[in-house]
Amino acid sequence: MAAEAKPLPGSVVRGAEEEDLRAEHLMLDPRPREEMNQMVMEAMTKTTPAFWIAISVLGLVVLVCLFGVWIYQALTGMGVAGVRRPVFWGIYIATFVFWIGISHAGTFVSAILRVFKAEFRRPFTRAAELMTTFGLAAGALYPLIHLGRVWVFYWMVPYPNSRWLWPNFRSALVWDFLAITTYLISSTIYLYLPLIPDLAMARDHSTGLRQRIYRILALGWRGTEAEWFRLRTAITIFAFAIIPVMFSVHTIVSWDFAVGVVAMWHSTIFGPYFIIGAILSGVSAVVMILFVLRATMLHMKYFLRPEVFDSLGKLVLIFSMAWTYFFINDYLLTYYGGDAAERQVLLEHATGPGAWVWYLMLICNIVIPWLTLWNRRIRRTPWMMFIITTLINVGMFAERYTIIPMTLGHQRIPFDWGTYVPRWPEISIVLGTFALFMFLYLAMTRLIPMVPVWEVQEGHMAHQLRKVGQTEIPSITELE
Amino acid sequence: MAQMEPAPKWGMVIDLDLCTGCQACVTACAMENNNHFVGEEEVGYGRALYWLRTLRYWDGEYPQVKPNFQLSLCQQCGNAPCEPVCPVFASAHSEEQQVNLMVYNRCIGTRYCANNCPYLARVFNFYDYDIPEPLNNYLNPNVTVRRRGVMEKCTFCIHRIQAAEQKANQENREVGGDEVITACAQACPTDAITFGRLDDPNSRVSQAARSERGFAWMEDLGTFPRVVYLKGVGYNGS
Repeated sequence: MAAEAKPLPGSVVRGAEEEDLRAEHLMLDPRPREEMNQMVMEAMTKTTPAFWIAISVLGLVVLVCLFGVWIYQALTGMGVAGVRRPVFWGIYIATFVFWIGISHAGTFVSAILRVFKAEFRRPFTRAAELMTTFGLAAGALYPLIHLGRVWVFYWMVPYPNSRWLWPNFRSALVWDFLAITTYLISSTIYLYLPLIPDLAMARDHSTGLRQRIYRILALGWRGTEAEWFRLRTAITIFAFAIIPVMFSVHTIVSWDFAVGVVAMWHSTIFGPYFIIGAILSGVSAVVMILFVLRATMLHMKYFLRPEVFDSLGKLVLIFSMAWTYFFINDYLLTYYGGDAAERQVLLEHATGPGAWVWYLMLICNIVIPWLTLWNRRIRRTPWMMFIITTLINVGMFAERYTIIPMTLGHQRIPFDWGTYVPRWPEISIVLGTFALFMFLYLAMTRLIPMVPVWEVQEGHMAHQLRKVGQTEIPSITELE
Repeated sequence: MAQMEPAPKWGMVIDLDLCTGCQACVTACAMENNNHFVGEEEVGYGRALYWLRTLRYWDGEYPQVKPNFQLSLCQQCGNAPCEPVCPVFASAHSEEQQVNLMVYNRCIGTRYCANNCPYLARVFNFYDYDIPEPLNNYLNPNVTVRRRGVMEKCTFCIHRIQAAEQKANQENREVGGDEVITACAQACPTDAITFGRLDDPNSRVSQAARSERGFAWMEDLGTFPRVVYLKGVGYNGS
């Protein structure tokens, strides 16, 4: 199998240790390019009946639970949702923040790891970037879903009109709109650029309609030296440029709350707090997706090895700790500040009727990762990682739920304290966007090559072993 | 950054000592401004479309309890939290009247303003509400009837202000300090609500606003409310 593998550096004969290293790292276990092409093409084109059942069920759920119920809500009025005074924003906005957070880490993992040349990223960058695009697609629906009059949503868009009415650029919602649009466009380009050589590969390995589509999408890629040079330059520029965009997006989402006068929203720490929370939930979502891809798609066990889950598990643990730091800062400093209204909100979070959500957040975001992810064996067991990261995402959803309806319900006028329970249309629409995400993702896994073959091959050819602490990892420095 | 308070024009004084909590103002307000009746169930759920509400707090333990009332309405803040957050300028400041305008036609229903209002003065049209015959005859022709999906709130009876302004304009004079009265002030049996021009030092409202019992609600937030409350010393029970 490792017939054409580069010899490991160093004069020491490694023997059994070499076998382990090659099984461990994809970079050290090369296969011929043509074989990998075939593997990826097969994974993309082979479908099972289970796939068709899943995708049609999801499509049906999207149609009925998302668009059907949304139309019903728009025609009847926002009253079908559970929001009421004083909780004017409910689970819609919580899910909106959740999706934007998820979409965050796709690009984070891909861009940051690319910039820092972490080679374990190579097989799964595309899977992560795709998560960004579709997470945004699902999340960007919510600012529309929660509008009282969705049919005039375009008034938020700055477009020239006869009355010279522009949106209010002082409003965080307009910043939000602009930030999300920027992020959606740039992350889609960032997804598309590394996809071009793979689309060309797919074009050369397919026939009929598929081939015609790939021919258009591949933009006439031939693989000349000049094309590679420009592509690498463009990818590098985008990888660096998208990082500040990504940070700005979630900061601006946090400003939706932080610029308000609402007690416990009006906080200077919300920007980094939201970003860390987004990365925590997003990296966890990447793990979840990789587990599903590995379990359901052909040949993925070759590309997605336990090293991937191991490394992502470490990232999740670190971000769980960072999140805890910001969480404690947010609560401790607010408590220390002693503002009566804010103390009331804190007390309500910890002891009110919705306190279980708050404790669920603490258990899922702190206790579970801290107790499990230290363990290398757990990190390297994909199904355990899947359970842990699912729980972290449950915890992060609970965090957004705490921040939005549970904080709004307990503001400065005691007479108006109230609770909020989502009603069935809200739950249906929330489930509908989850189905939308899965539907789009599932469809895409059969439309584009999910593994960037050229990047994997690049890793196979150009890696060197570097010693980092006690371990040796493959790394690439001369390229890019 | 300290912001200069814009000079107030129209203002209201509410004497909490005189307020008996009879809710005549609430009724008058709803009738004057074509507020929809949302039905018993929806009111119980917290979706009543009242622009003016009496917040009732009980003092003491039963049987030695006494009620305290506070009227809650839009404070027409000079530096209103609801204004900058609206993405489409549906909540805007009127330079001329120095009140906080609500443009129903422009509202897209983000409800951000309602979250950001510390006084919770804003209410939302969650549905299109029925106005069955013959209730449609009660509608005030000077006030827009709102449809589903828009915010609304107390306007300081701006249609009355505008009518007085037009009249004064025709007669080539300024609007008098006591010339306009809001529906709630008109209905108050104990005269607890005074409305008028705060920029006229001789008007009843500015004289009342100078009382040493006066306070602004949630003054620490820097919203510069145009409503002055006169602190209630309360009654001593029966």
